[in-house]
Amino acid sequence: MNAIFEGIGASVRRKEDLRFLSGRGHYTDDMNRPGQTHCVLKRSDRPHAIITSIDTSAARAAPGVVAVFTHADLDADGVGGVPCGWQIHSKDGSPMVEPGHPVLATGRVRHVGDPVVAVIAETKQQAKHAAELLVIEYEDLPAVAHIADAIKPGAALVHDTAAGNTCFDWHIGDKDLVDAAFARATHRVKLDLTNNRLVPNAMEPRAAIGDYDAMSGDYTLITTSQNPHVIRLLMGAFVLHIPEHRLRVLAPDVGGGFGSKIYHYAEEAVVTWAAGKIKRPVKWTADRSEAFMSDAHGRDHASTAEMALDAEGNFLALRVATVANLGAYLSTFAPAVPTYLSATLLAGVYKTPAIYAEVRAIFTNTVPVDAYRGAGRPESTFLLERLLDTIAHDTGIDRIELRRRNFIPTDAFPYQTPVALQYDSGDYVSTLNSALKVSDWDGFAARRAEAKARGKLRGIGISTYVEACGIAPSKLVGALGARAALYEVAQIRVHPTGSVTVFTGTHSHGQGHETTFAQLVASQLGVPFENVDIVHGDTNKIPFGMGTYGSRSLAVGGTAMVKAMDKIIAKGKKIAAHLLEASVEDIEFANGNFTVAGTDRAKSFGEIALTAYVPHNYPIEEIEPGLEETAFYDPANFTFPGGCHVCEVEIDPETGVTTVVNFTAVDDVGRVINPMIVEGQIQGGVAQGIGQALLENAVYDEQGQLVSGSFMDYTMPRADNLPNISVGTETTLCTHNALGVKGCGEVGAIGSPPAVINAVVDALKEYGVRHMNMPATSQKVWQIIQNSSAKLAAANLSTN
Amino acid sequence: MPQVTLTVNGKSHTVEVEGRTLLVELLREKLGLTGTHVGCDTSQCGACTVHLNGTSVKSCTTLALQADGGVVTTIEGLAAADGTLHPMQEAFREHHALQCGFCTPGMVMSAVDLVNSNPQGLSESDIRHGLEGNLCRCTGYHNIVKAVAAAWPVMHGKETVAAE
Repeated sequence: MNAIFEGIGASVRRKEDLRFLSGRGHYTDDMNRPGQTHCVLKRSDRPHAIITSIDTSAARAAPGVVAVFTHADLDADGVGGVPCGWQIHSKDGSPMVEPGHPVLATGRVRHVGDPVVAVIAETKQQAKHAAELLVIEYEDLPAVAHIADAIKPGAALVHDTAAGNTCFDWHIGDKDLVDAAFARATHRVKLDLTNNRLVPNAMEPRAAIGDYDAMSGDYTLITTSQNPHVIRLLMGAFVLHIPEHRLRVLAPDVGGGFGSKIYHYAEEAVVTWAAGKIKRPVKWTADRSEAFMSDAHGRDHASTAEMALDAEGNFLALRVATVANLGAYLSTFAPAVPTYLSATLLAGVYKTPAIYAEVRAIFTNTVPVDAYRGAGRPESTFLLERLLDTIAHDTGIDRIELRRRNFIPTDAFPYQTPVALQYDSGDYVSTLNSALKVSDWDGFAARRAEAKARGKLRGIGISTYVEACGIAPSKLVGALGARAALYEVAQIRVHPTGSVTVFTGTHSHGQGHETTFAQLVASQLGVPFENVDIVHGDTNKIPFGMGTYGSRSLAVGGTAMVKAMDKIIAKGKKIAAHLLEASVEDIEFANGNFTVAGTDRAKSFGEIALTAYVPHNYPIEEIEPGLEETAFYDPANFTFPGGCHVCEVEIDPETGVTTVVNFTAVDDVGRVINPMIVEGQIQGGVAQGIGQALLENAVYDEQGQLVSGSFMDYTMPRADNLPNISVGTETTLCTHNALGVKGCGEVGAIGSPPAVINAVVDALKEYGVRHMNMPATSQKVWQIIQNSSAKLAAANLSTN
Repeated sequence: MPQVTLTVNGKSHTVEVEGRTLLVELLREKLGLTGTHVGCDTSQCGACTVHLNGTSVKSCTTLALQADGGVVTTIEGLAAADGTLHPMQEAFREHHALQCGFCTPGMVMSAVDLVNSNPQGLSESDIRHGLEGNLCRCTGYHNIVKAVAAAWPVMHGKETVAAE
């Protein structure tokens, strides 16, 4: 097992870069099929209404139009609704309210962007023109977009079956234990906070091409998905009733996902079904403003958090109540995000002995909300780390000391939290100490004074955090309501002349798997890096898989590869034993060679591979020819990366603009395979976290109109909004997978938002700021300063 | 229908277009050069950036007819005829300045123009401001800035590309 790690840890440059840098990537919109038509979806322009009539006659008669479809056409073919993949039960044991999610709006539209009619024409322009000729009559209904409005008694109902707009009312932990701890606490600190709604905005808009081969009866869907097999399963089994062997789902190069491309979307079903109807390929590509109103959004929680402490500042109990906005319909993973992916992280890095959390998930007339980079863990981390700083503010205990005092000690692992999860390993003291050093925390006071002399406000903020990813152990998540399993698959095919193809059920959308997995396999099998090819994204080529999200590809997909390689090496040893006339127990495999122990008699991996395919001198009675193995790996537990982020900001009080002058991340992601890739993942995650904290906000008005509907009004972080991001990694190995890896795709976006807000609040402390919700825009900051300055001035006036 | 004649990556084309056809549509749909990407509809993301007559432009906000008689370079035309990568392409690869690759063609074309236009030098701040018209959602820009800074001396003849 030791030889596996040679070659690991090198910052190998990426194979995929050559095509991306030369404009030869294959993104879905780049692909065209002979005879293809173009689909434009007519979407609701209002948040909530009864559809009283749809007149498609003018649209059908428009130039170039091939077909116009409404829900009536789908219903006639028995097309099912878009399914939800996770079922949550409420406190009283009742299952969540699960209203239907029709592929095309049926009877009612429930959010701006809800698709109503599919127009298919020879060109996209013709389809757009025809869509404008549709006459759709609506009877408007009252709408609710914001959590506060949706939970008011008598609020308009998004779904008649969901009383109080409640999908479920769930809880976790021990309420009695928590209540008792609060009763005897010396300090009680309470904080109300929100986690702002975001739009993932991968740079590649979603797109899909449906195709149908009338000769064979086979369907093909080309789609910008993070998980083609999941789409094949959900769409094939539940929506279009196409058996898997008749349905190929191909996800080519995917231009970013961040979670938004996990879900099975209505558009995928529309193009696939329509291709079967018109017997021609059907292509749909989202415009950006269309993406804003149809890609799943992220976050959107409102919480009250309370901590009970003793006189020394030790945490006795944590109580949390959250309302989570799920949007108008249940997206694929949505119910799991605020519950099992969030509330189970409320211990954080702390040894809080009692925790109780309630989550009420509600419907609103907004775009469905689902997992977005971090998926629940940014929400719990922001809550905890803001609460920590607020406790420091209220009690006067130093915020670093408060954290140290309550850390889970380094010798306490495996550590069972009060909220189901058991952490395997971690060293929170070490990452904290490193981050403090690298960020020069101790030198901050001098930097603050220097900035003050220039008329600027400096603040420094910290977040110490852990998260749970590497999803997931199937039995556990099944018990928690998952309707699928979350193992991963690797099929490793060694070719006769020794090169290797790895078929993986994961699917890179920027993470560099073609390089890092080749690195992993090359180093373990002892074959040249150039001779290992990673194949992903095509259900016709890969046996099965659950895809890439939840920082799972290396921890789960990589371990599946290790298991498959173990089988290959085991078979290779038998072949080598035969060739070398030794017993199989005496064969060792290292550095690409099978050797008789204690001798220099050896056969190379290449020789073994050739022998397997040309078995002239071969133990044919014991083993079959060939050298190809498949492994399914179901992880024993989640993995628990985490660390410490430190953010230093400088605010210009005249404009309220916050500049991040320094950002330091020290993260423990377990063993690092390719440091360059890991750094890139963390930098990208931190950028999204800074974006959430200072810039981004998906805004609906009271009437349910999406006000931030394009890049004009939704502030994406740009190069001049961000600093250099310093990333360091430390390693405590994951104890339950062969690689010791924990995953690094999301940690950047999880640890960073509270570090930024903690810094902003620190910068504004002379104005008496106790808390700020995100985003801390320049307008918000400026207003706080104005209000406080006015108060200070008035106080001065009144005392003089 | 109007016609437009233009040179793209060294090759001359005469194409029928509509008055409203965008340059990016001409490149992607008529000429099959899909390396130039469309990432937004408000001219803000920069994924569509190409060079027109030596300067970077957003091809989503340029009508095809505006390029009539012009010389266009797209990402596909940046490398040398023998396949040798342009120093900016090399720098992006060396410094891991791309992840999903979707913003990359536009980012590289903008960066090339930025470096070409600044023979006197580029500070980190200059680079960050110079690239404010190009969105990237994956990298956080850290490595992009490094790559552009690394390409500058090579493009201005101060260094040769290191042999691998």
